[in-house]
Amino acid sequence: MKALKKVIQNLDPKFEKGGKWEKMYPLYETLSTFLFTPKHVTEQGSHIRDGVDLKRTMFMVVIAMVPALLFGIYNTGHWHYELQSYLNPEQYGAYSDYLTGFGDKVLYGVLQVLPIIIVSYGVGLAIEFVFGFVRGHGLHEGFLVSGMLIPLIMPADVPLWMVGVATAFAVVIGKEVFGGTGMNIVNIALTARAFLFFAYPTAMSGDKVWKSGTSDVIAQNGGVLPDGASGATALGDMASFVGDSPMVAGEALSASMSSADLLQKFEGAYDPLHAIIGMIPGSVGETSVIAILLGAGLLLYTGVASWRIILSFFAGGFAFALLMNLIGANAYMDMPAYYHLIIGGFAFGAVFMATDPVTASQTQYGKLWYGFLGGGLAILIRVLNPAYPEGVMLAILFMNIMAPLIDHYVVQANITRRKKRFKTA
Amino acid sequence: MSKAVRLKKGLDIKLLGEADQVKVEAKQPTMVALKPSDFHGLIPKVILKEGEKVKRGEVVFYDKYNKDVKFVSPVTGTISEILRGEKRRILEIRISVAATDEAVQVNPVDPSSISREEVKSTMLANGLWPFVKQRPLDKIADPSVTPKSIFISAFDSAPLAPDYDFILHGQDQFFQHGLNALAKLTDGKVNITLNGKGASDECFQNAKNVEINKISGKHPAGNVGTQIHHFDPIDKGEFVFTLNPQDVVTIGKFFAEGQFDASRIVALTGSEVEASARKYYKTIIGARLDTIIDGSLTNDNVRVVSGNALTGKAVEKDGFLGFYDAHITVIPEGNEHKFFLTEGWLAPGFDKYSSHRLFPTWLTPNKKRRLDTNLNGEQRGFVVTGEMEKVLPFDILPMQLIKAIMVNDIDAMEQLGIYEIAPEDFALCEYVCTSKIAIQEKIREGLDVIEEECM
Repeated sequence: MKALKKVIQNLDPKFEKGGKWEKMYPLYETLSTFLFTPKHVTEQGSHIRDGVDLKRTMFMVVIAMVPALLFGIYNTGHWHYELQSYLNPEQYGAYSDYLTGFGDKVLYGVLQVLPIIIVSYGVGLAIEFVFGFVRGHGLHEGFLVSGMLIPLIMPADVPLWMVGVATAFAVVIGKEVFGGTGMNIVNIALTARAFLFFAYPTAMSGDKVWKSGTSDVIAQNGGVLPDGASGATALGDMASFVGDSPMVAGEALSASMSSADLLQKFEGAYDPLHAIIGMIPGSVGETSVIAILLGAGLLLYTGVASWRIILSFFAGGFAFALLMNLIGANAYMDMPAYYHLIIGGFAFGAVFMATDPVTASQTQYGKLWYGFLGGGLAILIRVLNPAYPEGVMLAILFMNIMAPLIDHYVVQANITRRKKRFKTA
Repeated sequence: MSKAVRLKKGLDIKLLGEADQVKVEAKQPTMVALKPSDFHGLIPKVILKEGEKVKRGEVVFYDKYNKDVKFVSPVTGTISEILRGEKRRILEIRISVAATDEAVQVNPVDPSSISREEVKSTMLANGLWPFVKQRPLDKIADPSVTPKSIFISAFDSAPLAPDYDFILHGQDQFFQHGLNALAKLTDGKVNITLNGKGASDECFQNAKNVEINKISGKHPAGNVGTQIHHFDPIDKGEFVFTLNPQDVVTIGKFFAEGQFDASRIVALTGSEVEASARKYYKTIIGARLDTIIDGSLTNDNVRVVSGNALTGKAVEKDGFLGFYDAHITVIPEGNEHKFFLTEGWLAPGFDKYSSHRLFPTWLTPNKKRRLDTNLNGEQRGFVVTGEMEKVLPFDILPMQLIKAIMVNDIDAMEQLGIYEIAPEDFALCEYVCTSKIAIQEKIREGLDVIEEECM
């Protein structure tokens, strides 16, 4: 440690203004500040400073995502082998049980997910580094969190080149153009997802992407899925309830069935307990509510995420789902309100996406409105528009744009309160 | 009518190195200095030359833009050096102290018996006016305005701050005289705010001619800005004068005895001061600090601060006490790299003090700590929200106000309450800021813009 410190101390002056390698300062700053908190001392203002810095804050968010990541890796492996068990019952029949074949499933999951993480971080950090270099400073920490979020909201089979393009788009257009870390208007990970959703919809939605290896199985089985297998997710099935051909886990149902019967079939295929634990297909990190809540617990305990946003997001989703129950025009609206909170990306969005401090509302009261409307909007998009089975991404992006408006009204309230205070004084 | 307020927001930073409640005489300083930088926005016009003799209480310089505001010498001696910096700006006016004391003497007068104008002109002519600061802007008060009230904080809640009950004990008579003089300057009341926790000294409790209020809570409860916000908030166009308790005694003494007594009781604090040296020293305004801190420091790599660790000014070890300061803090310089796994951002962090719950140290907030001057990170854009609101007990949105200042939006600044604040009120916001933004500096820039455009 002392030797390393001496090395850094000797290198420091060479990179400062007037030093030999002045131009490489951004590169030096990136590497040295990763290893060492710099020796900068306070120059103006307060002589002492809090021990926290942005790296610590970001790091805590990454740690909070680890349970969801680990579960997602296993889940990816499981649904891959579950599908294989239809194609190859002798070899993989037992693997349709959730806990059988642990080692194989983990290995498969890692091999699927790790490359996505590498591409996401690689492309994102490289682009941010270049922008930082041009601006004369080292790499800032913003992408540490986004780089982990992007893989967690992708379907496991997403082509790596798509991840790269989406990350590049999100970082450049979503962030760097506005000035880098702390300046973006929209959530970066969701921008990447939205880009892929609209540019390559077949790779992002439908029923061939959620279980890893579905397209391979279809190719091997003569163009169709084996009997009994399906690539559906809970949200996809729910969306079908609104139309003429409702389906549940691949089984076609009659449109004349009553809502209650449809819902019964649905709950049979997507047991609430399974949904909470995460044993359903979906994007890599979004399925396990328990893993997400573990992360939420860490974020709330350390004060990194705003409890106002998380709580109001869940409350808003629940409230609007109850509203849908009241209206009850079709089977989707009749789905019990709490179901919405445990399927799809709702919990993940509430804890990791909506809470991004840069893009959320920045006033304390504003956060309550922001979360509430965000959760509610997610439910509305899901239920009222079957073309978008998942509404969380769009709802959060929309609220990102609206957050300054919410803040504006909170600020106005503060201003009006001040004016009143002086009038009556 | 006395009011009491309980604050919910704020932060007490417990540092090592509190001063023992013992008063000792410091060695007579051989050199004192008046620093124009202590007075924000002041351009001094010095009327004495290097080598000229000066008496205690004699005018040394005045405000170029307000000739009535005079600054006097705290000691008898000779102008030894007028130190200039860039663009010939005056940094220090050093006065070497003579062996014998000779003071400017005027007739003592009871301030209650003379008019406002006479009180003002006496204070202006004899160097007492600089003790009076104004809000908004937090600089020397403009003599041409009449404040709606005057506020004095009876306690200081900053880290390691001196105990004013101890300092002012026994000085009731002069304190009251000073209050009587100040009462003349306003049509409203002179407000003294006491610490709601615990009893205050009689000189505060028994003060007459004043309004006594109580405030309790964490720092910045002791800041006069917090008290004004809760008891008599300032609107555009209104003024409030503020003073330190010791300065009130100096004013009172002048009216009672006719001489400028520049003596000060100063607390020497900080983790880098020997425990035996952490006391209250009787010294003089502007004294060179070697008479107080020489031989008392535990190591060489330190920062000496005239004032407290949040708002004070760094000075050399042989630098000079600030005009308004009754407090010296000595803390270690943190100019060493910290390895990320053992002392940096990835470390478990048992030695890193933070008010955020990201380090285990938040579980022991009352443990006294040795904090150094390391920035603990680098400056970034605003990312984290909600942290400043926790330490600012004002009905003000701190981040929005700072952003308005950064983009020079004067209307927004006015609407968001810039007339109510001073940089020292935002010192804690600067302390907790994850993005290490120089907030106090920004606030000062904003106030300068407001002064120029709106006042």
